[in-house]
Amino acid sequence: MSIFINKDTKILVQGITGKHGSFHATACLAYGSKIVAGVTPGKGGTKFQENIPIFDSVRAAKEKTGATVSMLFVPPAFAADAIAEAVEAELDLVVAITEGIPVADMIKVKGFLKGRKTRLIGPNCPGVITPGECKIGIMPGHIHKPGRIGVLSRSGTLTYEAVYQLTQRGIGQSTCVGIGGDPVNGTNFIDVLELYERDPGTDGVIMIGEIGGTAEESAADYIKKGMKKPVVAFIAGSAAPPGRRMGHAGAIISGGKGTAKAKFDALRAAGVHICESPGDLGATLAKAIGK
Amino acid sequence: MNIHEYQAKSLFHKEGIPAPQGKVAFTVEEAVAIAKELNSPVTVVKAQIHAGGRGKGGGVKVAKNLDDVKKYATDILGMQLVTHQTGPEGRKVRKVLVEQGSNIEKELYLSLILDREKSMISFIASTEGGMDIEEVSAHHPEKIGTVAVDPVTGFFPFHGRALCEILGLKDPDLQKQMNDIGSKLYKFFLKYDCALLEINPLIITKEKKLMALDGKLNFDDNALFRQKEVVAFRDLDEETKGEIEASKYELAYISLDGEIGCMVNGAGLAMATLDIIQQAGGSPANFLDVGGGADKEKVTAAFKIILSDPKVKAILVNIFGGIMKCDVIAEGVIAAAREMNITVPLVVRLQGTNVEAGKALLASSGLKITPADDLKDAAEKAVRAAKGA
Repeated sequence: MSIFINKDTKILVQGITGKHGSFHATACLAYGSKIVAGVTPGKGGTKFQENIPIFDSVRAAKEKTGATVSMLFVPPAFAADAIAEAVEAELDLVVAITEGIPVADMIKVKGFLKGRKTRLIGPNCPGVITPGECKIGIMPGHIHKPGRIGVLSRSGTLTYEAVYQLTQRGIGQSTCVGIGGDPVNGTNFIDVLELYERDPGTDGVIMIGEIGGTAEESAADYIKKGMKKPVVAFIAGSAAPPGRRMGHAGAIISGGKGTAKAKFDALRAAGVHICESPGDLGATLAKAIGK
Repeated sequence: MNIHEYQAKSLFHKEGIPAPQGKVAFTVEEAVAIAKELNSPVTVVKAQIHAGGRGKGGGVKVAKNLDDVKKYATDILGMQLVTHQTGPEGRKVRKVLVEQGSNIEKELYLSLILDREKSMISFIASTEGGMDIEEVSAHHPEKIGTVAVDPVTGFFPFHGRALCEILGLKDPDLQKQMNDIGSKLYKFFLKYDCALLEINPLIITKEKKLMALDGKLNFDDNALFRQKEVVAFRDLDEETKGEIEASKYELAYISLDGEIGCMVNGAGLAMATLDIIQQAGGSPANFLDVGGGADKEKVTAAFKIILSDPKVKAILVNIFGGIMKCDVIAEGVIAAAREMNITVPLVVRLQGTNVEAGKALLASSGLKITPADDLKDAAEKAVRAAKGA
C-alpha cells in the first residue's frame, strides 16, 4: 500500500519542454511512472519523446488522457499561474518541484486552494515516490526500496540520507514525501502523518523538520493525540544563527520563534523517538520498530 | 534583501505613507547643507547601516543647530558602529540620514509580516513603541495584537478598526489616519514583495498626526526578479565579500564565526552539517549549499569563497550523490582542489550513487584528502583537523 500515488497513477507534466522538466520526466519514465501527457502553453499538438502528447492546457490534457496528478516544473515567475490552472482543472494532486516562487504568489494560491478538491505538495520540494511503483519528482529512484516505512521531510538531500540509511539496513519505504522548504506550502506534516496513520501499508515514519515556523510543533500535537505508529524525528538547524535564511526560504528563526530546540522539545514531549544526529536516522527507526 | 532606512522612507513618501522629510548624506558638508535646507528647529542625524539598535550604539543624535549637525555628522560618519545586531566588530558607517525632528507625543509599534501558520499577511501592533518588540513579546505579550488580512478580501475598514483598538486610538481623526495608513501599508507590502515591514516607532505627534519615524524593510529574495526599483537599493558595502561572490554563482552562503569551512549539497543537509560539527565540539565557519548540480565550476567557486575567509582552518565537504553521481563530484572536488592549491586539511564525505568509484578517485588523487564514511565520522575528523591534531 501507499499514500498519494501508486503504479496506476496517471501523470501530466507541467513544464515538460523545459530543461528540468524534460530531464526529470525522462528519469520518472525510466523508473516506471505513468506519464501520459505534458502541458506547455503554445506547444499543444507536439509530442514529448515521440509518444507523449503535449497540450496547451491542463484541462485539455486531463480530458484527453485521464491524468489526475501533475508534476510541475514551471519556472518561478509563472509557477503560481500553472498551479492555479491545475487546481481549476480539478486534478487530485499537484506536486510542485519549482524552487523560488515569490511568497506573495503562494499566499494567493493557498487562498485559491481553500474549498477545492486539489491537494498541492510543495513547492520547492523533491516530490513524492512510492518505491517500485511511481516516482513523481527529482529524487534518485534507485536508492529507494519498496517497504513499510514512510519518510516525510522539508528537505531534499536529508530525505535521501534517511532513505539511503533505511535501504542499507534492508528496511523499505511505503511512500516518501517531500513537503518542501518554503514558508507557505500546500501540504504540511500533519496532513501526511494522518495519511500514514491510516495507511495499512505503513508501519512507522521518519519525519525530518528544520528551523522556521511551527509546523513541527503542530505535528507534535497531532502525534500526541492521534498517532499510534512510531515516529522518528530529526530537526535540522540547531547550529543556525537567528535571523538568517538558511538556504530554504522557510528556514529562518525570527522573533525567537522556530528554533530547533523548541521543535525537538515539542516532539520529545509527544513521545516521538528523537534523533540527535542525522547520521542515526536509520538506526533509530530500526530500534523504534524493533528491528 | 535588506535596504536602508532612508531608502525605506523614500518608498514611504512615494506611496503616501507619512514620514519625516530628510535626505541621505555621505559627507559632513552634505549633512550640513541638508540641515540648512530642512530649516527645522530640531534635526536628527541617523547612521545608515543594515542593523537595528543604532540609537543605543551612539548612531542617532538630535541636533539643535547647524554646529551640532556638523559635530554629530563628523562623529558618526566613518565610525565603527556596534549594536546587538552587528557583532562585536561593528559596522562602518558610510552615510547618515539627516531629517527634521518631530514633536513626539506617543510611540507605537506597527509591522507587517508573513503569517506562516495562516498563510496570510498579518499586522503586528503594540502600544509599546520604540522598544525591541521581542522584549515586549517576552515580558508583556498581552500588549501585542495581531490582525491577519485574508488575500481574498484585502484590507477592509474593520481591519483598521481592529488596529485602532489594539493601539488605543480613540480620536476619530487619528482612527481615520490609521485606517488610511493600514490600507496603504498592506498594498505596499504586496506591491514591493516585502518579507517584513516594520515601523518602530510609529508616532503620534503633538499635532495629532501619525508618522513613521523609522522604517525597516526586508524583501522576499524570490521576488527580486520583478522588483527592479528595490534591487537598485542593494548596498554591497553591507554584505561580506563571500556573500557577494556567492550570489554571482547562485550559491546559498552565510558566513559564520567558526573555523571549519563547509561545502554541502542541499539546504537541509547543509544545516545538519553545521549541527554535527557543533555536536563534535567544533564550530562552523559558514553555511554553504552548492545545490543539486554540484559541477566543477560551482565547486571551484565554493572553495574560493570558503578559502577567502581567513578564519578557516579545515574544510568539510559533505555531498550526498543522488542524481549527481559521487564519482563525478569527486572529479570536481579534485580538479578544484588542484586548481586552488588548497593547503588547509580537507575532509570529504561522499555518500550515495557510485560512492565506491568516488572514494577510489579521491584516494588515488595524490591530494591530502581525509575520507570519511558517515556524518559523525566526517564531523569528528574535520574538528580534529581544525585543531591541528
